Amino acid sequence: MSTPENLKYTASHEWVKTEADGTITVGITQHAQELLGDMVFVENPAVGRKLQAKEECAVVESVKAAADVYAPVSGEVTAVNGGLDSAPEAINGDPYAAWMFRMKPDNAADVAALMDAAAYQAVVDSEAH
Amino acid sequence: MLIFERSHPGRRNAAQAPQQDVKPDGIPASFLRTDMPLLPEASEMDTVRHYTRLSQKNFSIDTNFYPLGSCTMKYNPRACHSLAMLPQFLARHPLAPDSTGQGFLACLHDLQEILKDVTGMAGVSLTPMAGAQGEFAGIAMIRAYHEARGDGARTEIIVPDAAHGTNPATAIMCGYAVKEIPTDRNGDVNLDALRAAVGPQTAGLMLTNPSTLGVFEKQIRAIQKIVHDAGGLLYYDGANLNAILGKVKPGDMGFDVIHMNLHKTFSTPHGGGGPGAGAVGVAPRLLPFMPIPLAGKEGEDYRWLTERDLPRSIGRLSAWAGNAGVLLRAYVYARMLGAEGMRRVAEYATLNANYLMAELGRVGYNIAFPQRRASHEFIVSAKQLKDETGVSAMDVAKRLLDKGFHAPTTYFPMLVAECLLIEPTETESKETLDAFVAAMKEIRDEAHTAPELVKGAPYSLPVRRLDDVKAARELDLTWKPAS
Repeated sequence: MSTPENLKYTASHEWVKTEADGTITVGITQHAQELLGDMVFVENPAVGRKLQAKEECAVVESVKAAADVYAPVSGEVTAVNGGLDSAPEAINGDPYAAWMFRMKPDNAADVAALMDAAAYQAVVDSEAH
Repeated sequence: MLIFERSHPGRRNAAQAPQQDVKPDGIPASFLRTDMPLLPEASEMDTVRHYTRLSQKNFSIDTNFYPLGSCTMKYNPRACHSLAMLPQFLARHPLAPDSTGQGFLACLHDLQEILKDVTGMAGVSLTPMAGAQGEFAGIAMIRAYHEARGDGARTEIIVPDAAHGTNPATAIMCGYAVKEIPTDRNGDVNLDALRAAVGPQTAGLMLTNPSTLGVFEKQIRAIQKIVHDAGGLLYYDGANLNAILGKVKPGDMGFDVIHMNLHKTFSTPHGGGGPGAGAVGVAPRLLPFMPIPLAGKEGEDYRWLTERDLPRSIGRLSAWAGNAGVLLRAYVYARMLGAEGMRRVAEYATLNANYLMAELGRVGYNIAFPQRRASHEFIVSAKQLKDETGVSAMDVAKRLLDKGFHAPTTYFPMLVAECLLIEPTETESKETLDAFVAAMKEIRDEAHTAPELVKGAPYSLPVRRLDDVKAARELDLTWKPAS
C-alpha cells in the first residue's frame, strides 16, 4: 500500500486524489507518516481559503516533529476532515484513507501535471541514502 | 509523587520559616485574599526526603555522561557556584544604588569585555534571560537598524533548513516573513539558493556555525558577501560557539549580531528550562540599539547605562539586568579559563567529538557526514539499523539510559533520518567516551540478536517507557486536590 497507483503525488509528500466532481482530496503519504511517527495533532486550513500551489496550508504534528503540509495546486478549500481533530492517529493507521482536506483546483491541468506513483516512488527511493 | 501528596493538615516546618521583620500593613482590603492559599503542609524531614528522592531520580551531568547534542551539557565547575554564592552577591538588592554595588557591576563589565574579545564584537549586552530572548534581541536590533535608515522594504529573514526551530520563530516574533534555503549534501548552505533568495526584501540571514549538522560552514565568507551585498545583516546563532571558542571569532567572519548561550558555552547549570543567559554581541553599526541596561565604566567607577545613554535602544528585556547568578558563574568560568583555557575548550570539545565519531563508526554505526571533520558534535543515523532490525534511533536512546548514559538528541536535525545528535563536550575523559562506545556497541549487538529487548527499554529507571502520544494529546500540568 505504500504508493497507490491511482493517486497523484508531490515532492513534499502529499497525495492527491481526483474525485468524480472534479474536486481533489489531499493527504500525506505512507512515507511521510512513517518518517514523522505517531501523530498527536492535525491543523487543517479553513474551508473557503484560497491557496496558491506549494503554499503552507496545514500542519501535522507528531511526537518527533511538526511538519508543514503544502497545497499541491492552486485552488479553494472546500472541506476538511474534522475527524482528525480527535483521532490524528488515523493518519498512522492508513494515510490514504485519513484524508486531510478537499480543494476545488483553479486548473484541472495542474493536477494532471503532478507526479504519478512511479515518479513519486523514485523520489522516496532517492531520499533513502 | 508531588510534595502536595505528602501534605497533612497542621504539619509545620517552623524552623525554616522566614523571620517576618516587616509587617504587611496598609494593603487595601480589595487586594487581600480571603481564603488560604493552597500550599503543602509537610514537616522538615518529609520535605528533605521528598526533594532528596527527586534529586536521586534525576539524570544529570553530576551523575552521568550527558551527550545531548546542541545542548553542551558540560561539567559546571564548583568554584563558579561558590563565588557566585558569596553573601555579598546574594544579598544585593537590585534597586540598591550603583555606588553600593561596584563589585557586582565590575564583574559584569569585565564579562562584557571578555565576551567582546572572544567573539570579536564591538559591544555586548548581558540582559537577555535565555538563548531565545537573545535571538529576539538580535533580530529586533536588525529591525531597528533598517528602520532607523528608513529602509522599510526589508521584510524577510533567510534561515537555512538546518537551523534550530527557534530561528524562524524569532523572525516571526519580530514581524518578519521567513524564507528557508536548503542545505547541500555535504552539510553546507546551498549558495545558489542563497543567491536566488536575497534581494531588497532581505533584512538578514540567521546562521548557526558550526551548524546543527556538526560541521563548520566552509563558505562563510561567500555567504557573508552575498548577504551584505544585498543590504542584509548577518545573525550568528551562538548555540555551537563551544566548538570555536578562542579559535575563530564571529566578528571576523563578518557577523553583525550574535547571541551566546552563556549557560552552555560558559558552563552554568541548565536544562529543565532555565535559568539561562543569552548575551548578545553587536558590530559597530548596531551599538546604538543594544538592549539595556549595560554595565558602564567611567574612570574608576561603574554604573548602569540606561535609556539616557542609549536613547535608540530596543529597550529592556528583563526586570533587572538578566539572570545575575548565571552571569556571575559565567564570569568566574571565563576568568578561570583565560584566553588559553578557552582555546583548549574548543580543541578538546572537537577532539572528543571526532574521537567518538570515529569509534562509533568503527563499531558499525553510520556517520551522517563521514567525509567531514566533526565540530563539537556529530550525527549518527540509525536508519540502516532500523531497516535491518526494526530498532529505531529512539529505541537506541532509551536503551542507553539502562546502560547509565543520558540519551543524545534524537530526531533533530530533521534533515537526517533516524538521527542521533551527539555532543560529548570537552569535560569528559577518554575512559567515559570508551564506556559510551562500548554501550553503543552492546546496543547494536542487542538490536540484531534481541531487538524486542531494545524496543522495550528502559528497564532500570524509576519509570518505564512513557506514552509520548498520550502525554502530547492529554496535557495535564496542574495538580488539584482530590475533591
